[in-house]
Amino acid sequence: MSLNIVVCIKQIIDPEIPASQFKIDPATKRQVQGSHSLVISAYDQNAIEVAIQLKEKHSGKVTAISVGPATAVTALKSALSMGADEAILVNDPLFGSQDQQGIAHVLAKAIEKAGGFDLILTGCVSGDWGDRAVPAFMAEELEMGFVSFVSRIEPKDGQVVLRRVVEDGYELIEAKLPVLASIISDETNTPRYPKLKDIMAAGKKTIPLWKAADLGLDPDRVGQGAARVAITDVYIPTKESKCEMIEGDTPEEQAVKLAARLRELKLI
Amino acid sequence: MLGTLVFATTEGGGLTRNALELLAGGKRLKGKLAEPIGAAILGKELGPHVQQLFAYGADQVYRAEHPLLEQYQGDAYAIALHQVCQRAHPKVVLLPGDSIGRELGPRLAHRLKAAFVADFIDFDLDAASGRLLFTRQAYGGKAMAVVQPHVSPVVATVKVRAWDPATKEEGRTGEEIRVDVALEASLLRTRLLEKIQEEVSGVKLEDAKIVVSGGRGLRGPEGFKVLEELAQVLKGAVGASRAATDAGWVAPSWQVGQTGRSVSPELYLAFGISGATQHVAGISGAKNIVAINTDPEAPIFKVAQLGVVGDWKAVATKLIESCKELTGQ
Repeated sequence: MSLNIVVCIKQIIDPEIPASQFKIDPATKRQVQGSHSLVISAYDQNAIEVAIQLKEKHSGKVTAISVGPATAVTALKSALSMGADEAILVNDPLFGSQDQQGIAHVLAKAIEKAGGFDLILTGCVSGDWGDRAVPAFMAEELEMGFVSFVSRIEPKDGQVVLRRVVEDGYELIEAKLPVLASIISDETNTPRYPKLKDIMAAGKKTIPLWKAADLGLDPDRVGQGAARVAITDVYIPTKESKCEMIEGDTPEEQAVKLAARLRELKLI
Repeated sequence: MLGTLVFATTEGGGLTRNALELLAGGKRLKGKLAEPIGAAILGKELGPHVQQLFAYGADQVYRAEHPLLEQYQGDAYAIALHQVCQRAHPKVVLLPGDSIGRELGPRLAHRLKAAFVADFIDFDLDAASGRLLFTRQAYGGKAMAVVQPHVSPVVATVKVRAWDPATKEEGRTGEEIRVDVALEASLLRTRLLEKIQEEVSGVKLEDAKIVVSGGRGLRGPEGFKVLEELAQVLKGAVGASRAATDAGWVAPSWQVGQTGRSVSPELYLAFGISGATQHVAGISGAKNIVAINTDPEAPIFKVAQLGVVGDWKAVATKLIESCKELTGQ
């Protein structure tokens, strides 16, 4: 069963920088990039891995799509070097004021334009805003079935069976194609490191750039005034972070002192 | 006109704690909006829950029963909850920030052409505009963001354990509204085949007063046996960081963090956990964090109140013994 898969990825500022280096621009209410590197949001990398494994096992094609600034080309090149066949960048100054529903509308229109997909994959949460909402909005825009927090996908009789991770275990869900799934990590989908030759080959591939005018967007859904929510403030919470260190010559001594301290604090 | 509609989930014959937290939020919103609280409840046989919902603060209960709603399934619940909203016309719909609400909330928002706010922890009424303002975490908890909806209604998920559950008022009553949902199996593009529950001994992670968690530093699945013993002594639950679940040492459902579960225990013991942003986002509600790590520079010490620089296994093993002595076991 050959599968035509699209993976939506987002480029973000490395979320693992120390809190002390995290800054917000008071004017834009967004994080200041400074000298920090840009990365593919972590679970989007798991989504790429799931797509590539499915292609390797069942044949097919993987396309990576990103809505983002021109720098997102490097994220798309990484996806190509991991094994994606094609990549598309969707970029337009008009998208700067989109909220999550607006971004989902743009992504959905780009996916419709590219056309013919069986499976649409995304990460389950982005490392910056973490709304976990764009995949669900996209599924609604595309009028498709949707399954979130999926760690594994197996084709079966022209459909797919998805493993959805929930609080107390997991669910097995059967879905008609096409279906949209947001991917969570587990031991089967750790993102691969691309080989040097694949990085070189990806560097040579051209990535088409699609603008707002290419997509047939609903004018009520884009640009200033279309957003249904606005971020009115972003601030860094002040918290005292003083860690009392439990000293001792051996770990055993530290453990005894820790237990006594916890007892003193009435925590155990 | 309905103010807030709370999506109430059930388990094991009762309302979930998440549902009670939403009802507590509904009551607070009622104080601001001065409009009644509705509760939407979906399932197969819901009779016993209706009275409970009144007792916990609902003025109206929208009861939607259908064989296809027996267990949560995305398509069936999205269709049914949308129909309930069309009947109830709420200004605000609250869903839990769990695996159900996070999937269902944005879908419902799209269908209602509503604003959507994810995982908020607090809200206020903006006196000037008369609009609600929602506060939530952003950037994995490094920042807080204030979100203002521009349209009505608003669909929002509430961060699990951000609020205390609603208090019960015996004998309180309200209005029950039965909603006959139009639902057919042919409308469902996704179907739940099977739910596999992983065995959990002791308390649930979200409900535990003490959580003992392990990360990459445990270097293998065996380490979790030690943590399970410690959790048992402390009557707590065991969690894990993403590094441990991604390595397959324990099930993904054990994961605490931005993708996993949010916990807010009195005491959180982090063994061999470096403190990546994505993990810390899930423990921001913990009252006391204790970090045990060999690396004194690990970011976990920045959020911990108590720290031990040392070998996790030696500390944990001795801690089991000391805790047994101190608690008279």
